[in-house]
Amino acid sequence: MAELTYRDALRKALADAMTENPDIVILGEEVGRYGGAYGVTKDLIKEFGPERVIDTPISEPSIVGAAVGAAMTGLRPVAELMYVDFLGMTMDQLANQAAKIRYMFGGQIGVPMVLRTQGGTGRSAGAQHSQSLEAYVMHTPGLRLAMPATVADAYHLLRQALERPDPVVFIEHKALYTMKEDVDLGARPPAWGKAAVRRQGKDLVIVTYSRQLHYVMDAAKALSAKGIEATVIDLRTLNPLDFDTIREHVERIGRAMVVSEGAMTAGVAAELAARISEECFDFLEEPVIRVAGEDIPISVSPALESGSVPGPQLIAEMAGRLLA
Amino acid sequence: MSKPKGASAPGTKTNSDLPELYRTMRRVRSFEERVGELFVRGQTAGSMLHLSIGEESAAAGITAAMKPQDTFTTHHRGHGIFLARGADPKRMMAEIGGKEAGYCHGKGGSMHIADMGLGHLGANAIVGGGIPAVVGAGLSARRKRNNAVSVAFFGDGATGQGVLYESMNMAALWGLPVLFACINNQYGMGTRIDQATANTALHERAIAFGLNGESVDGLDVEEVAEAARRLVDAARAGKPGFLAVSCYRFYGHARKDKSPYRDAAEEEAGRQRDPVAFARARLIERGLVKAAELDALDSEIAREMDATIDFTIAQNEPPLASMFRDVFDPSEPEPEPVRTRLNRVLATEQENG
Ligand SMILES: Cc1ncc(C[n+]2csc(CCOP(=O)(O)OP(=O)(O)O)c2C)c(N)n1
Ligand SMILES: [Mg+2]
Repeated sequence: MAELTYRDALRKALADAMTENPDIVILGEEVGRYGGAYGVTKDLIKEFGPERVIDTPISEPSIVGAAVGAAMTGLRPVAELMYVDFLGMTMDQLANQAAKIRYMFGGQIGVPMVLRTQGGTGRSAGAQHSQSLEAYVMHTPGLRLAMPATVADAYHLLRQALERPDPVVFIEHKALYTMKEDVDLGARPPAWGKAAVRRQGKDLVIVTYSRQLHYVMDAAKALSAKGIEATVIDLRTLNPLDFDTIREHVERIGRAMVVSEGAMTAGVAAELAARISEECFDFLEEPVIRVAGEDIPISVSPALESGSVPGPQLIAEMAGRLLA
Repeated sequence: MSKPKGASAPGTKTNSDLPELYRTMRRVRSFEERVGELFVRGQTAGSMLHLSIGEESAAAGITAAMKPQDTFTTHHRGHGIFLARGADPKRMMAEIGGKEAGYCHGKGGSMHIADMGLGHLGANAIVGGGIPAVVGAGLSARRKRNNAVSVAFFGDGATGQGVLYESMNMAALWGLPVLFACINNQYGMGTRIDQATANTALHERAIAFGLNGESVDGLDVEEVAEAARRLVDAARAGKPGFLAVSCYRFYGHARKDKSPYRDAAEEEAGRQRDPVAFARARLIERGLVKAAELDALDSEIAREMDATIDFTIAQNEPPLASMFRDVFDPSEPEPEPVRTRLNRVLATEQENG
């Protein structure tokens, strides 16, 4: 066991994978000499050299596009986007190139790359640096999507992403980098694509991922004090989506809530709620409830920022009312 | 353009613009120092504050060449440009503090200040994000025949963005009244300009696209102002331009960055290239303004900016309900809060149950 931060775990995953696989290269803004805007790639350039840890100009579309080409010609690139908010700039390379190359070309070649980035609120970073854009990725056929919520998952999901045959978008949460956990990285991780049941309870199922897992766990504790016991599912990857685990628990319990930081309308929570409603209809005692981000941009004002996304209180309140 | 009221520049009896340029630069320097202080006092919204200390000549020199009808966009390091254009420092700093009294009511913050009244079409947290808007503003000016020029301010880092080249090409192709103003402070975060591009003579690429292109030394604000006037005048006449102002980013990229990627000797030398001190020495040397008068001006500006801090700290946070405002036009309904939607669902449940 060792105490690690989320940031350390990500860095270690990169370092361990790069040691094992000489084809892994990192490219992105400030990933080398600076060590990453959030410090994830700190000193990797010293360990692996500038040929494998490549500082790029501020040219997001070409960072992702170059990763696509590198992946098609034998490297295993990890492209870094400093903020998920820049996804839109790269969307052609990601959605029209990376995601479709295997399919369009009749299965001749895959694009085994990882696009690492981070998103979410929590730093008063304003409307263009605080978004949760995972729905853009989840909506694009051909892309895998991992969003670790725990230190252990930061490590294992990134290691696993670096073994996948297809493009993986890996979205970290900016508010989690300094979170610490005692982890045993030698322990066998859950398989890629498996959700984790973080808590068992008989009264309702709460499905979530990324930073909201921690808010949901806080809410579950508060609910427990009032005699309400929640089962909490952390999806870990949104594509593949482990719907079997969701189904199993929702069918047993009959009440479900979905929690996501992304904007509510047409978001990840919308997809999950629709699917639970369709597939578990006969087992549901109540409508599936979505607690998600407001349909508004994120303000720089700390009060408005935290008011724009779910927190433990809102989650606990709505869960309590669902059971009332 | 309208200069802010208050201290009038000393020594304006001469024909020289330098006293006024000095005053503008001094106000920018003073303002930015107070923003740094506000951060240390925990009164800013977040730590993503990019100070323009060392770059004052670009802000003062280029805005001096602009007319009231002109428009502009800035990058994330845009406090100084906006202040030089005539912004109210109180409303600016309140915005940086995320307060309701700020230019954007605490929604935008340091990186998203705008003021249509002064032609400020917006600061941007996307590197290069504000550049193409000036092409559109150029089209507007041409169609409306209002004789306006639009200036895009951005950093050297934005020369990595393809959108700059698309925009320069369109501006040249269509002969638009546009200036691309690149504030080359030698760094994009920890990346020195020569680590980001193989040809650091940035104006050459503009010339290749058919624009007027110049690079000037930002140490001397008069040189900047002169080049800006040439290029803005030509742009107004239909030949767009590109101006790179070479300067040095005195401090870290943002408030928490201690610049470990550059050595102390380099920083020391960089901070010697101080456009404010340079202009001050010139004023005295040429006998335009006495040192004592400059001291008085400096203290007056310091008092103004101290009052700006006090004002900012005293302001309120925006009310929570304001977060739903201005997503769409005020004549349209606001987005429905999550709570309202859930109330509907959960209320029905209670009735049924
Ligand atoms: C599209 C985009 N990529 C990356 C960033 C992160 N970032 C913010 S400022 C910056 C450096 C910009 O350098 P430069 O344009 O020279 O401006 P300076 O900070 O030196 O004023 C970077 C990489 C961003 N905000 N937007
Ligand atoms: Mg720069």
